[in-house]
Amino acid sequence: MDPLILSRMQFGANISFHILFPTITIALGWVLLFFKLRYNATNDSAWMRAYFTWVKVFALSFAMGVVSGVTMSFQFGTNWPGYMEKVGNIAGPLLAYEILTAFFLEAAFLGIMLFGFRRVSNRIHTLATVLVAGGTTLSAFWIIALNSWMQTPAGFEIRDGVAHAVDWWAIVFNPSMPYRLVHMLLASGLTVSFLISGLSALRYLKGDRSESMWKALRTGVFTAAVLIPIQIFAGDQHGLNTLEHQPQKIAAMEANWNTGPNVPLVLFALPDEAARENKFEIAIPDGASLVLRHSASGVVPGLNDYPGNHPPVFPVFWGFRIMVGTGILMLLVSWSAAFFLKRRHGLPKPLALLMVPMALSGWLATLAGWYTTEIGRQPWLVTGVLKTADAVGPVAGSHVALTLAIYLILYVLLLIAYLGVLVHLALKAAKDGDASPLPGVMKTAMSQPAAGE
Amino acid sequence: MTFDWPTALPLIFAGLMGLAILIYVILDGFDLGIGILFAVAEDAEQDTMIAAIGPFWDANETWLVLAVGLLLVAFPMAHGVILTALYIPVFVLLVGLILRGVAFDFRAKVPTERKHRWNRIFFLGSIIASLAQGYMLGVYVLGLDVGFGGMAFGVLVAFCLAASYAAMGAAWVIYKTEGELQKKAVRWLRTALVLTALGMAAVSLATPFASPRIFDKWFVWPSMLYLSPLPILSALLFGWLWRQTFHLPKPNDRHSLTPFLTLATIFALGFAGLAWSFYPFVVPDRLTIWQAASAPESLAIILAGTVVVLPVIIFYSFYAYRVFGGKATDLTYD
Repeated sequence: MDPLILSRMQFGANISFHILFPTITIALGWVLLFFKLRYNATNDSAWMRAYFTWVKVFALSFAMGVVSGVTMSFQFGTNWPGYMEKVGNIAGPLLAYEILTAFFLEAAFLGIMLFGFRRVSNRIHTLATVLVAGGTTLSAFWIIALNSWMQTPAGFEIRDGVAHAVDWWAIVFNPSMPYRLVHMLLASGLTVSFLISGLSALRYLKGDRSESMWKALRTGVFTAAVLIPIQIFAGDQHGLNTLEHQPQKIAAMEANWNTGPNVPLVLFALPDEAARENKFEIAIPDGASLVLRHSASGVVPGLNDYPGNHPPVFPVFWGFRIMVGTGILMLLVSWSAAFFLKRRHGLPKPLALLMVPMALSGWLATLAGWYTTEIGRQPWLVTGVLKTADAVGPVAGSHVALTLAIYLILYVLLLIAYLGVLVHLALKAAKDGDASPLPGVMKTAMSQPAAGE
Repeated sequence: MTFDWPTALPLIFAGLMGLAILIYVILDGFDLGIGILFAVAEDAEQDTMIAAIGPFWDANETWLVLAVGLLLVAFPMAHGVILTALYIPVFVLLVGLILRGVAFDFRAKVPTERKHRWNRIFFLGSIIASLAQGYMLGVYVLGLDVGFGGMAFGVLVAFCLAASYAAMGAAWVIYKTEGELQKKAVRWLRTALVLTALGMAAVSLATPFASPRIFDKWFVWPSMLYLSPLPILSALLFGWLWRQTFHLPKPNDRHSLTPFLTLATIFALGFAGLAWSFYPFVVPDRLTIWQAASAPESLAIILAGTVVVLPVIIFYSFYAYRVFGGKATDLTYD
C-alpha cells in the first residue's frame, strides 16, 4: 500500500471534514451578532429566540471544528513531516499567530457567549459575541494566508535547502491571498445563509409561523440574495488571478489541452489524460477566451505546455463545474425566495421544499471549490518549492490505511449525528415557536448566578 | 557565557512549550478526569459534573493546540520525528479527543432518550485520550523506544496518568459542587490519589534505570542535593493531601480548592523533574533543542507576538474562570 496516496486520501478526508465546520462558524458568528444587535436595538424577544436557536448550532459546529482542527495540527507531523522541515520557517509563524491571536480568543469567550447571558451584563455578552465572531474570522485570515502562500509563494529565499522568510508582508499578503480570503469569507456567508434559510423553511413547512422563524428566514434569504452576485464577481476575479499565477490550474479547470486563441468554454466533457483529449465534449465556441481574456482571440493556456507538471484534470474540471453550477442554483433560489418574501410576504410551498435540501448547498460548493483549488495545486505542495511526494513521512502504508478507515467511519457517523441534531433543533424550534418561556431576556445586568434554574 | 539570540531563542521556546504542556495537563487533566469519573457517577451527577467544566473545556484544550503548535513551529524537525514514531498512539489520542469533544456538545442537544449514549461516548473518549497521552509520555521518556520494554512502560504510564487525571477531576468536583456529590468526590479522590502516588513513584524509579543518561543526570553529587526537594516535596504533599481527604468537605466549604491546587503543585514538581531529565534534548538522545529549532528570524517573529499576546490570554482566561466561578449550576443556553 502506497503511503503517499493513502496519506493524501487521509489528509483529504480530514480537511474535507474539518472545513465544513469553520465554513459555518466564520459567518454564523456575525449572524449571531446581527441577531444580538437587533435585539439590543428593538428589545424584541423574537431576535433573542433566533439567537438562542442558532447559538446551539454554532456551539456544535465549533466543537466539531475544534476536534477536527486538532487532528489537522497533529497530521502535519504524523503524515507530512517534510512540510515543516522545508517550509516550517514560514508556515510556523503563520500557524502560531493563528493559535495565539484567534484560537484562544474564541475558546475563552465562547463560554461567555454560550452560557453567560445571565452571568454578565448584556453589554459584555454582546462584546463576547463580537470577540468570538472576530476570532473565527481572524483564524480564517491566518489559515488562508498560509494556504495562499502555498499556492503563490512570495517573500522568501531558499538557504541550505530550507525556506527562510525575507519579507513577512509579502508572505502574508502574497499575490493570491486577498482573492482567496474574500472568496472564502463570502463562501462562508453563503453557506450559513442557505443553512439558516433551509432550516427555517423546514420550520415553515411544519406550520411554524412564529416571529423568530420569520426573522431567521428573512435574514438568511436576503443575505444569500445579496452575497451571491458579489461572490460570482469575486470568483471571476479570483479566476483571473489564478490565470496569472497558476496557468496550469486554469488549463485543468477548463480542460484545455492546447494553448491558443478562440478557446471554447467546455460545458460537459470527460477529460482523458492518457489520450490528452476530451470525450463527449459540449462547448460554447470562444467561450473560455471570452470569460478569461474578455476577447474571442484571447490566448488561454493549455495543459500540453506543462507536461508532467499539471494537476489531474478530471477532478479539477468537475470540481469547478459543480461549484459554479451550485452557485447558479443559489442565485436562482435566493432571488426567487427574496422576491416572494418582499412582494408576496409568503413562501410558496414548492420553493420552501426546494430550500430544505439547499441548506447544504454551501457545503457542496465549498468542498467542490476547495478540491478545485487544492488538487489544482498538484503535483506541488508549495508551488515550485516542495512537491507533495517529497513531504510524506516514513510511516508504513498499512498504518495509514488502518487509521484512514477508522477516520472515515468516525466522520460518517459524526456527520449523521450532526445533521440529525440540526434537524432535531429545527423541529424543536418549530414545535415551541415563540410560545416557550424565554427566561433571562432582559437588558439590565444580572450578576447573581442562575441557581436552580 | 555571553548572551546571543540564536542560543537563547530555542531555549525560550522550549520553556514556553513546557509551560503550555504543564498548563494543558493541569487544565484539560481535570476535564478528562471528570470524563473518566463518569464511569462511577449517577445520571443526575453527570449533569452537574458537565456543568462544572462546560464553559472551560474548549479553552483548556487550546493549550494542547498551543503546545503542539509550538513544537510544530519552533522545533519542526523534532515534530516530525516524534509524531511519526508515535503515529498510532497519536491517532488513538485524536479519536479520544474527537469523541470527548463532540459527545460533550451532543449530549446536551440530542433528544433525551439518546443522551445516555453520548454520556458513554464521553467517558470512552476521555479514558482513551488519557491512556494515549500516558502511553506517549512513557514511550517518549524512554527515547521513543517502541520495542516491547518501551511499550510495557508506556502501558504502565498510561494507567498512572489516567489515575492522576481522575484525581484532578475529583478535586475539581470537590471545588465546584456541594452536598452528596462533593462527599462522593472526596472518596473518588482518595482512591485515585493512591494510584497516582504509586504511578508517580514507579515512573520516577523506572525512568533513571531505563535510561543511563537520565541516571547520570540525577545520581551525581551535587545535582542529587539540588534535585532532592522535587521528590521529597512531592511525597510530603501526597501525604498531606491524603490526610486532608479524611477531613473534607469542611464547614462553610473552606479549603475546597486546596486539593486541586495541591495536585497541580505535585504535577508541576513531577514536570520539573521530567524537564530536568530531558534537557537539553527535545527528542531524547537524538535531537537537542538547538538542532531541532527553526531559524532565529522565524522564532523572533513568533516571540514578538507571544510576548504581547500571552498576558492577554492569561488575563481573559482568568476573567472567564471568574465569570463562571462558584458552585456549578445547570448549564442553559439562555
